Amino acid sequence: MIERGICIVELGGLGLDQGGHLLIKRALRTVPVHAPVAVYGIAPELAIHLRGWCRAQGHDIEVSQITGGPVAVLYRGGAEDGRWRGAESAGDAATPQAHAHASWGLAGRSATVEAGAPAFDFPLDTRTEVWAQEAARLYAQAAAAQWNPATAIPWDEPFVLHDEIEDAVVQVMTYLIENETAALVIPARFAAQIHPHFREVMQLLAIQAADEARHIEVFTRRALLRRPKLGLSTAGGQASLKTLIDEADFALSVMLLSVLGEGSFLSLLWFLHQHAPDPVTCEIARLVGQDEARHVAFGIAHLTRHVREDPALLERLAAAIERRHDALAHTAGLNEEVFDSLILLAAGSWQPEALRAGWGRVQTLIADMDQGRVRRLRKIGFDEQRAQSLSALHTRNFM
Amino acid sequence: MSATLLLGAVAYDPKVVTIWDGFQKWLAQHDFDFDYILYSNYERQVEGHFAGHFHVAWNSPLAWLQAERIAAQTGRTVKAIAMRDTDCDLTSVIVVRNDSAIRSIEDLCGKTVAVGASDSPQATLIPLLHLAEAGLEPEKDFAVRVFDVLAGKHGDHIGGERHAAKALIERTVDAACMIDGNHLLFSREGTLPSNSTRILAQTDEYDHCNFTVLNGAPEKAVTRFCDLLMSMSYDDPQVRPLLDLEGLKQWKPGRTEKYALLSRAVNRFKTIDAFVAEVSKSYP
Repeated sequence: MIERGICIVELGGLGLDQGGHLLIKRALRTVPVHAPVAVYGIAPELAIHLRGWCRAQGHDIEVSQITGGPVAVLYRGGAEDGRWRGAESAGDAATPQAHAHASWGLAGRSATVEAGAPAFDFPLDTRTEVWAQEAARLYAQAAAAQWNPATAIPWDEPFVLHDEIEDAVVQVMTYLIENETAALVIPARFAAQIHPHFREVMQLLAIQAADEARHIEVFTRRALLRRPKLGLSTAGGQASLKTLIDEADFALSVMLLSVLGEGSFLSLLWFLHQHAPDPVTCEIARLVGQDEARHVAFGIAHLTRHVREDPALLERLAAAIERRHDALAHTAGLNEEVFDSLILLAAGSWQPEALRAGWGRVQTLIADMDQGRVRRLRKIGFDEQRAQSLSALHTRNFM
Repeated sequence: MSATLLLGAVAYDPKVVTIWDGFQKWLAQHDFDFDYILYSNYERQVEGHFAGHFHVAWNSPLAWLQAERIAAQTGRTVKAIAMRDTDCDLTSVIVVRNDSAIRSIEDLCGKTVAVGASDSPQATLIPLLHLAEAGLEPEKDFAVRVFDVLAGKHGDHIGGERHAAKALIERTVDAACMIDGNHLLFSREGTLPSNSTRILAQTDEYDHCNFTVLNGAPEKAVTRFCDLLMSMSYDDPQVRPLLDLEGLKQWKPGRTEKYALLSRAVNRFKTIDAFVAEVSKSYP
């Protein structure tokens, strides 16, 4: 309120220890630096509190003794203006910038950031390195599609399995658990390296890690449904996964894990859904497959865009696939127990004819995986011949 | 001593290192050679100042009076060259519970009054002087409960005042003393629930810390130090966090007239006489 040229704040019985400072701040914001604001009020400690408050905030104060007059007249100090001088906007709310400044730190896009904020070390800070237009849509889809492991799987549905078929299921689950653990650790690590300016990608990686947490849970629960412990974990399988964990470059990691590894897993999960010997495994494979499809979609979207902006990346991606192949050349790849278990699952019995059919189905699976990889490599930008040769170099461990 | 301007400060809190490291860096960027020495208590700092261990002391008001009186007895001169805007025109308050029957200072007779550290100007010496000058002698007409957090730091640590405020709410004392701004702070943080207390009395105004120099300090360097302090702007994002930590918006020229209240308090309670005599003895 302005009266006779002086801004007036009427606090009534509201004290400064009860939020009264909000009204005073609002009034001070409306007057220039050094201009007066008269404060009226009847809270018993108001004059004393105003002294302390003004001192801390950098405003001058004259405490009034006039009956019926203001409790005090404040003169606006310049500190508040000073605080926001030199502040900068952290880009645009809708569209990320090409490069995110370290000093924007954790501020959301378009927030006004005070000058002098500490610089944060987020190594993945350029749009080219991390961005995919589809990230926001995929994140929203993932958030909406979260399923509850406790209720989404028919854990109590009765089924009877031959002991050795159950063992095969446990072995496959044991394999899936360690693969999904790699698939959790990797996006979780990169989520912490991406500048929060690229919020949608950070969120997508976080929910991807959460997806994998659920996958690990359901695979473990299925494995232990009728057995007291898990199956075998091979040195070759872990060596293959370690090359994924060791890959420090985001783009190369997306290629190896999401496009090639999780891409191949889509075929495997579809295979398990089709040939699962029990309803629990069947539903697990379906739900996990849905999640993995999103992970693959982000990988392809990101790398397609990245290659378009930086065509030299294509050769780096190819080199990474070749390097991984060389590193794994001396290892056994997929463990024999997993391979045999897949045949047995697909066969459904020990009958020679059934085993032949199971063998055939696993061969079809391997061919499906290869075709899927070639298709995805082509989408990213490789020609047919290069895509085929690179697909052939993919780890025998599938992931 | 070297060409470096040396400052003495008391480490009443770990943030003191951040503050003076920050100022040192800022001053270096302005081509000013500056370093600091930290003391664990003001008495040691005042002794160090007279012993010539550093040039400028960042003194509490009590340390200022100690330095002023030792200087007077040893033929030295002492000057307050700068202070914070927030060091000026403080008052302390004596607070009672809202439901208390105590309505006047006289009602404190026979009661217990909580104060901060024994050497705190704002939470002990000045409020007790206020009561004494109103006719109630501490420890004679009323009991004093001292919350002696970090003695030697002259009440720079807020802990003593906070303990006194808590004791008031817990009803183990009848009144508590604190700086005016801390009554608002304790009310807002919930140590003193809203409307749970009433201010019984408010002291006259007094000033707090200052940068103190003795005669013989390198004049050119001291003047430049002062000029640089005055040029520090709250607009500067590099210096702003340091000003926030040190609790000011701008530095002001030093003044000494508003130490009169504390001077009366130490005269009345004779809290620094022995120390002043002891140090003065070393410089006959």
